Amino acid sequence: MSALFAAVSTTAPIFVAQNVFFGIIALLMIVSALKVVTTSNVVHAALWLVLVLAGAAAQFILLGSEFVAVTQVLVYIGAVVVLFLFGVMLTRASMGDDETVASEKRSMAAVVAALLLAVMSIALIDSFSDDRLVIDQPQLVTTVADSIFSQYIVPFEAVSVLLLAALIGAIVVARKD
Amino acid sequence: MNFLLLAAEGATELPMAVSSGTNWFLEHAWIVPLLPALSFVIILFFGKRMPKKGAEVGIAAVGLAFIFAVITGVAWIDHRDNFQPSPAAEHAVVIDGSVSVGDQVVLAAAETPVDGVAAEGTVGEAGAEAEAEHPTVAIHKSTTWLHNNGVGFDAGILVDGLSVLMLFVVTLVSLLVHVYSTDYVAGDRGYTHFFAFLSLFTASMLFFVLSDNILQMVVGWELVGVCSFVLIGHWWEEKANSDAAMKAFLTNRVGDTGLLIGVIILFFTAGNGSFDTLTINSNIVNGGVSHTALVVAAMSLTAAVMSKSGQFILHTWLPDAMAGPTPVSALIHAATMVVAGIYMVARLYPVFFEGMQIGGSSINLLAVVGAITLVFGGLLAFVQNDIKKVLAYSTISQLGYMAMALGVGAWTAAIFHLFTHAFFKACLFLGAGSASHAVHSFDMKKDMGGLKKWMPHTYRTFVVASLALAGVFPLAGFWSKDEILSGTGGWGLFGGTGGNGSYTFMLVMGTFGAALTGAYMTRVIYLTFHGEFRGHGTPHENGRRIIVPLYVLATVALLGGLVNLPPGFITGNHSSWQERFGHYVEPVAGYFPHIAHATPSYSLAIASSLVAFAGIGYAYWYYFVKLDNLAKATGESLTELPDGFVAKSGVARAGHTLLVQKYYLDHLYTDIIAGTTKGAIARAANWVNQNVIDGTVDLVGRTSVKAGRFTYDKIDQPIIDGIVNASGSASNAAGDGFRIVQTGKIQQYAALLFAGAALLGGVLVIVLSL
Amino acid sequence: MLLNQFLLLAAVLFCIGVYGVLVRRNGMLVLMSIEIILNAVNINLVAFGALTDNVGGEVFALFTIAVAAAEVGIGLAIVLLMYRNRRSIDLSEADLLKG
Repeated sequence: MSALFAAVSTTAPIFVAQNVFFGIIALLMIVSALKVVTTSNVVHAALWLVLVLAGAAAQFILLGSEFVAVTQVLVYIGAVVVLFLFGVMLTRASMGDDETVASEKRSMAAVVAALLLAVMSIALIDSFSDDRLVIDQPQLVTTVADSIFSQYIVPFEAVSVLLLAALIGAIVVARKD
Repeated sequence: MNFLLLAAEGATELPMAVSSGTNWFLEHAWIVPLLPALSFVIILFFGKRMPKKGAEVGIAAVGLAFIFAVITGVAWIDHRDNFQPSPAAEHAVVIDGSVSVGDQVVLAAAETPVDGVAAEGTVGEAGAEAEAEHPTVAIHKSTTWLHNNGVGFDAGILVDGLSVLMLFVVTLVSLLVHVYSTDYVAGDRGYTHFFAFLSLFTASMLFFVLSDNILQMVVGWELVGVCSFVLIGHWWEEKANSDAAMKAFLTNRVGDTGLLIGVIILFFTAGNGSFDTLTINSNIVNGGVSHTALVVAAMSLTAAVMSKSGQFILHTWLPDAMAGPTPVSALIHAATMVVAGIYMVARLYPVFFEGMQIGGSSINLLAVVGAITLVFGGLLAFVQNDIKKVLAYSTISQLGYMAMALGVGAWTAAIFHLFTHAFFKACLFLGAGSASHAVHSFDMKKDMGGLKKWMPHTYRTFVVASLALAGVFPLAGFWSKDEILSGTGGWGLFGGTGGNGSYTFMLVMGTFGAALTGAYMTRVIYLTFHGEFRGHGTPHENGRRIIVPLYVLATVALLGGLVNLPPGFITGNHSSWQERFGHYVEPVAGYFPHIAHATPSYSLAIASSLVAFAGIGYAYWYYFVKLDNLAKATGESLTELPDGFVAKSGVARAGHTLLVQKYYLDHLYTDIIAGTTKGAIARAANWVNQNVIDGTVDLVGRTSVKAGRFTYDKIDQPIIDGIVNASGSASNAAGDGFRIVQTGKIQQYAALLFAGAALLGGVLVIVLSL
Repeated sequence: MLLNQFLLLAAVLFCIGVYGVLVRRNGMLVLMSIEIILNAVNINLVAFGALTDNVGGEVFALFTIAVAAAEVGIGLAIVLLMYRNRRSIDLSEADLLKG
């Protein structure tokens, strides 16, 4: 939240509404993410994940990337989460007994995560504290499309091959024989 | 003319002498390794479906490569003699540094062209000789493989006398081994696989010898090592064989570390950021490189030579490597792969010559390693019962000769010995394989003996090759060994021999080694081919596919020495026949150091021959006379005197009993001597013979066998093997320690991964914020 | 808006995801945690793209979404296979990788 107040004291045009929305969405995302990694119910975890993903989509809109936001909703919330729910169903995974994790494992993971966060925060604050974003108009979908199909055509084709490989791979791995 | 001659600074320096080539075959020498490489791929993928299971592809490819190599050799001879650098070119282009012009790399060390002034006294003989001969013009073609951050990684070929010679040796031996193998490994489960890897091995070795830069040499070196691993472990189902393959591979890794260190040092110091062999060599010859760096580089590279070329103390893998099929032993562990180390020294000779200060010295690391190896290996050969192990130790000993020759500055002698040794040792290995193929065993004492009767062809060729190995005049080994001994410069009688220094210790060791060689080869011949047959069944001579290669190799072993007759041996009209080998092989160019050439000495040749004959004679007397008589008398087939000195504990008692037990010899001697010269003189001579000469000979023999046993039991097995084993258990223990971390739980691994990343990131942040 | 507020949000989400990957025993939940990590990366990409007014950030975010979809497909297939072979998707039982 300190970043929010720091932004107020600068001279550049400030869009208070954007900052407020950012804060709300960010809080929601963090809380949901914490629930995803702590809840004992797998289906609940998947539903909390929906909130995280939706929050990410909202952040993309704040950043002016509408196309990415829409894709996020379609692919993640529309496909991936449904896939997860199918996975939960197929594996008949136990619904509420993931709480047997040893406490030392928890504390170890917490220490590692905190260490990682500390390092990243220090580095980010050290490097980017002066950069500000001015988003007055969204990025046009035509620009994105032009870029994908001209400059990034080779990665695009590579991703298509990757998806095909993943498709075949998933079938080969999961089929019964 | 697409030829550029570049000059180095100073009146005594030779021109760099590099050309992009004038002859199609020399320019396209890369085809030679390409043929077996293609054959490898074809055999691997299609071999099993072919009528001859892939063998025909291998033979055809290596045969073509051999023909190509011979033509390349002829082209080189013509090129060496007739290719005159044009005088205009001498002053034409001088470029500082290394510049690429098309596919041709032009090198220059300084701006001053040759001014034609004759050699100064400081260089002396070498300079004078070099002035007399026109420079060899090596053909160098290279192309950039990849370019990164200003450093070009090239791939190319460097064709000069040395590489052309190696092409010839490798393809010839490989071709014969291919032909031989079609019979030897016939019906084997891995027949196709075997031929595929023979081809790959040949290709790697050829690739290695044609390398124009040290990075490419490392690649070839490692490829050769991998093929060796695969072929030693060809019969991997038996644990001993796969253990031997692992041992060979791991022992070679030790030396490879040295090679890498050496290459890195050379890259940064002598090469100034280039891997190019010619650049490195010429920079060193021109004296612009720190001596300390060269010392370290030379010592690191010596470690590489010690492992690859089986030098004491890293030789232990070589005898074990005999677990592979015999043709592999002949191809890899006698004739080609183990000489990779020798070749590497020869190719990077300035590093050793300057780094170890070979000229004008009397001792250096390489020469000492070689000298110790040659005696050590020779002694060990006495106590082996496995025929291939005797040959393996013999190979170690002969490689010691080569390393020693390079260490004392006798470059041509070393390469000449490499050339002759390749043929007679391949012949011996294939002969041993032929004998063991017939009796289905390698044990000379248990399963051989008397094979002369059944296997006359094998016997004949084996004897010829043994005599060549023992250095009997005028077979190949005599000339090369004599040249090495002259090259030590340690012979002081009748005017001496000259050379690069006075390596008296090396001369003594080399001469002693000659006696050992003669003696153990005589022992092998007796145990294998004479006496009564001790095995089971009836042995029979092998087919033509085994015999013909033996005869080819024996012929080369017989005549091979004549290509490098010492100067002064023939005078008059045919004097141009002398030293042809040195003339065509040894570079006279700016990338080769100024080595002094020894002059051969009749007195030394006679003395060393006498020593070698003493060795042969002693062993002959022991086995062919004493043992044979005893065997005939008792009606058994003996392999050692039952009461010989080996069976004795106390030296004095042994000597006494020996004298008593000379009954049959007595008889013989008495008959001969009494039959010819009767009387007191005869009796006196007989007495002297019995007591003095025999006693001395016995003492020498006893000591050498004891020394051999001692080194084998007390040094080779516990210490050397112990060190190897200890390093193994150390890494085992370390592994046990780290196992605790290896719980197999993915999430713990992930935690360690993230924690490590966080720590490294933290370090980076701290470092950047400082 | 500051660039850092997005970056720090992404860092927090990333670390929560890492915590989930390290702590969860259920294979499905580990996969979900990985999705959180990937989303954190996407926020970074888009934020930097907006900072430099470069469309590359968005394009790569799209690629990441595509790769993530593939990853989920394969990941779920592996979890299913594991379930079929062991009747359990408890990752702490899968410890055959030990030395």
